[in-house]
Amino acid sequence: MTRYIFIESRDPFESRDTRFVGETAIAVKERGHEVTIFLVQNGVLAARKNAARLDHLTAAGVALLADDFSLRERGITPDELAAGIQPSAIETLVDAIVQTNTKAIWH
Amino acid sequence: MNERSLTMALMDPPYESANSTTALRIISAALAQGINVNVFAYEGAVCLPLKDQAPHANPVKGTTVEEEDHPTTKAFVSSLLAIGKDKLKWVNCGLCVDERGATNVVDGVKRGSPADFFKMAGESTNTLVIPTK
Repeated sequence: MTRYIFIESRDPFESRDTRFVGETAIAVKERGHEVTIFLVQNGVLAARKNAARLDHLTAAGVALLADDFSLRERGITPDELAAGIQPSAIETLVDAIVQTNTKAIWH
Repeated sequence: MNERSLTMALMDPPYESANSTTALRIISAALAQGINVNVFAYEGAVCLPLKDQAPHANPVKGTTVEEEDHPTTKAFVSSLLAIGKDKLKWVNCGLCVDERGATNVVDGVKRGSPADFFKMAGESTNTLVIPTK
């Protein structure tokens, strides 16, 4: 099993290709790998429950983390996050990507 | 491989994208965790440590340089090199430097080539490429 960390920096309302990241994450998960998507920068805009963009990912078992700094910059509070999405420090991302057998993909 | 190490390729020029801020945050957090970090600055990212960067006043608001207190990427890179000491290696792509005339960089930044990136990536626990949009 390989760990995949997708780092999504793009706003889904601006970049249609964020959908490709979600589809890839699910496809990799279905093949038995551990998958995390770390939302950062404008990527955290998708994390709001009102946006309702990522429910299919949590349902598929993909772990979703949202950079706490990016959330604060955009005035998004933890209670505004969709179910299953956790605020996370950048240190968590760093720790995750320096593990062996881990692939880190920035988008 | 006992010591954890991370190689990063950066491509965005300073003051253009939030990618630069996030990259600097990742480097800072990695160094704080005792992780060795190699940075290969490619394309516009070779300007991140440019010594010629200068903070400026804001004549529209009537504020001084001190009041504005603008951060510069050269100061961030310089600080990270001072904090990281031998745990942070920063290599600017030489061809990208020559194209941009970006030779006047802060102390500690080395000149190299994509071959250095290949070598650093091969020796690291993992590699993160942060491309331009």
